[in-house]
Amino acid sequence: MMDVVFLSRLQFALTIMFHYLFPPLTIGMAVVMTFLEARFLLTGDPVYEQAARFWTGIFALNFAVGVATGIVMEFEFGTNWAAYSRFVGDVFGSALAAEGIFAFFLESGFLALLVFGWDRIGPRMHFFSTLLVALGSIFSSIWIVVANSWQQTPAGHHIVQMQRDGAPWVVNGQPVLRAEITDFWKLVFNPSTVERLVHVWIGAIIMGTFFIMSVSAWYVLKRRHQAFAERSFEGALLLATMFSLAAAVSGHFQARNVYRHQPAKLAAFEAHYRTGPAPLTLFGIPDDRGQRVKAEVAFPGGTSLLVKGDTRAPLIGLDKFRPEDRPPVLIPFVSYHVMVMLGVFFIGITLIASYFRLRGTLFRQRWLLWTFVVSVLGAVAANELGWTAAEVGRQPWVVVPPVVRGPNGEPAIGPDGFVQYETVDFPLADGSPRPAGLRTQHAVSESVSAQEVLTSIVLFGLIYILLGAVWVFVLNHKIQTGPPALEPDGRGLRDILTARADHRGSLTEAKDAS
Amino acid sequence: MDLHILWFAIMGALLAGYAILDGFDLGVGILHPLARNDRERRLFLNAIGPLWDGNEVWLVTFGGALFAMFPEAYATIFSGFYLAFMVLLFALIARAVSIEFRSKMHAERWRRFWDWAFFASSFTATIIFGVGVGNAIGGIPLDERGAYIGGFLDLIHPYSLLVGVLAVSLFAMHGAIYLFLKTSGGVQERLGRWMWHTWGLFLFLYLLATILTLLKYPLAAANFGRHPWAVTGIVINLLAIANIPRALFRQRYAEAFLSSSITIACMVFLFAMALYPNVLVASNDPTRSWTIVNAASSEKTLRIGLLIAGIGMPFVLAYTGIIYWTFRGKVKMEERGY
Repeated sequence: MMDVVFLSRLQFALTIMFHYLFPPLTIGMAVVMTFLEARFLLTGDPVYEQAARFWTGIFALNFAVGVATGIVMEFEFGTNWAAYSRFVGDVFGSALAAEGIFAFFLESGFLALLVFGWDRIGPRMHFFSTLLVALGSIFSSIWIVVANSWQQTPAGHHIVQMQRDGAPWVVNGQPVLRAEITDFWKLVFNPSTVERLVHVWIGAIIMGTFFIMSVSAWYVLKRRHQAFAERSFEGALLLATMFSLAAAVSGHFQARNVYRHQPAKLAAFEAHYRTGPAPLTLFGIPDDRGQRVKAEVAFPGGTSLLVKGDTRAPLIGLDKFRPEDRPPVLIPFVSYHVMVMLGVFFIGITLIASYFRLRGTLFRQRWLLWTFVVSVLGAVAANELGWTAAEVGRQPWVVVPPVVRGPNGEPAIGPDGFVQYETVDFPLADGSPRPAGLRTQHAVSESVSAQEVLTSIVLFGLIYILLGAVWVFVLNHKIQTGPPALEPDGRGLRDILTARADHRGSLTEAKDAS
Repeated sequence: MDLHILWFAIMGALLAGYAILDGFDLGVGILHPLARNDRERRLFLNAIGPLWDGNEVWLVTFGGALFAMFPEAYATIFSGFYLAFMVLLFALIARAVSIEFRSKMHAERWRRFWDWAFFASSFTATIIFGVGVGNAIGGIPLDERGAYIGGFLDLIHPYSLLVGVLAVSLFAMHGAIYLFLKTSGGVQERLGRWMWHTWGLFLFLYLLATILTLLKYPLAAANFGRHPWAVTGIVINLLAIANIPRALFRQRYAEAFLSSSITIACMVFLFAMALYPNVLVASNDPTRSWTIVNAASSEKTLRIGLLIAGIGMPFVLAYTGIIYWTFRGKVKMEERGY
């Protein structure tokens, strides 16, 4: 088990999952901050400015950790996945370089104005900077999702033999192959980019809004910074309700797309071992050996209905894939199902909160506010689990070869009874056709040993545990300190007086508390 | 112009941009222990506060561009220098969070810990960059597929360490001049002395490294015979180095900073001339070297990359200009600073 492939996958999983706590949080928060600053510009209400300032401080903290852990990801393609980098660099590298030039400079530059610029630039320029940071974080997500989607559903490239000194290059009797771009826009809009990008954005906004609602609900429960917290909560709730509903719609279209282009992955999501009508499983324990789901609770034909619009339509199961082409089932199945359940939970809880909001009694529902305090963990989990399902379901490939289709557009089943993948003109060493993809086991660095990877995993583990602990500590400190106090003029004073009604202390005490 | 040469030049420009910009904030980190009290330390951090993150993006973009345009070189270098890159990553993480976290608590022990982390990470990152350049000049052994054969310890030898220390002295000098421009009063006076010390140290190490390079790797200078115009790079370099004390003496500190920036750019140019036409030299067998042609992506990708860079770089320069303009002048200690 402790080989370079396993350890490199483990390290990538650890570092990407830690990193991915931050990008969706910053994308989601940037959208909410833009909204708050726009409201401040339009209404001149200082509570919005106070809210924007407070969230900007927390945003900067998250952003810094996101950047620090993000550089790791860019470097890891080369350090741990050198063979992969050689194979995909021509295609994948462009997207990554575009991310650097179009997104990172925009984000990091205007973040400086956002954080340090309150007293140096006017409110309009500050709003503009917030907008650009939000835009930068969205650009960033575009390019990285384009790159990842190309691995899932490659397009716009061809696989060719490398040239060395003007002749086709052969090492140890094997041709040296790599993917090269043929059509940049086909690469960008490969068959899964749009569906996946929309879903990633929705997930990010859900995470950002649930984070803001969590902190705000806690303030309301503790009767601190009431005016500010209620305003933040209501703004975030509106977005969270819309996007929780949108997640279900987007998820549906995405699942259809996964079935169309990566049927093995959808089969793993649903633990659909045998080809035939597929149920919609609510609960079950996948049993690889028995090729069935134990203790299953399911709507018969449910998945077939969602994918094909017919409960009796057969869906391709894992049995139609060669054993060496099958993804593992347990991790994709569990992570996919928990993600879906969390999505249903988000819809339920935001609709309930919106109902109380319309009746004007939202901030008296203490049980509901407490639920929101902890629900942010669910939002984080849903984002992480969605990616876990997508990436583990991609195995055993790092670049999935496209499926060969029959005349009806369905995956063609070959004479051996299995789904066929597209191949390239260079047969494998044993003479069999070479699939037009790259297996994960062939993607790791040639010159890195298991001991080296183990060493770096241990070090990453220690550093990330420390980093995570310090992040939580500083975040907690910032939340405990709360937003900067309002100047006692205009609406601000009225809020302070309103707050005074809830307190038995003096006006000064009320001001300190607000 | 040949696409491969053009991209080699752009990589050089990105590296020079990174070394000049992140060079001064790494230098501030190296000089950080010289600050005498909390106020001075905060002054140092606020001098680079809004800028260091954007500066580091040049490294990220350099890495991304290397991946996209010379994937074979990217793969061989990053996997070959595996442990060195891991230490570099830990240093960059530690640096980012020490700048960000230090100010969040007032406890002295908390601040002292992050002060130490900020210095150690800046120093480590700089020395690794230097050691990397030292290895690239001499080349590393590659197998038939062009992957590194050797271990971590093979990368550490007197020559590469010398280049590492040279990098530390260069960035320390660059950072000292930068801090001098951003401060005033007693701390500025002490920085004035440190500008001279670091310049002297840098000059000594620069000459030593030049002599050793010529003795040990004469091939690194071969390009100057083939392309005599390149000698202007050496001349400008020497003039820029000599102009630093002249400008300091005449109290033209912005000119001194410009001169140290030109020095850095020239050194990147000399490094590129030592490599060309290779991106990575195979020390065991020259036919295995990664050249700007055989390590490169397809011409189509190189052209797409040019388009992306052509659209993106004017924006990048505009943002950089806006940010540096907004935060020009002496550091103000603000409530919201570090």
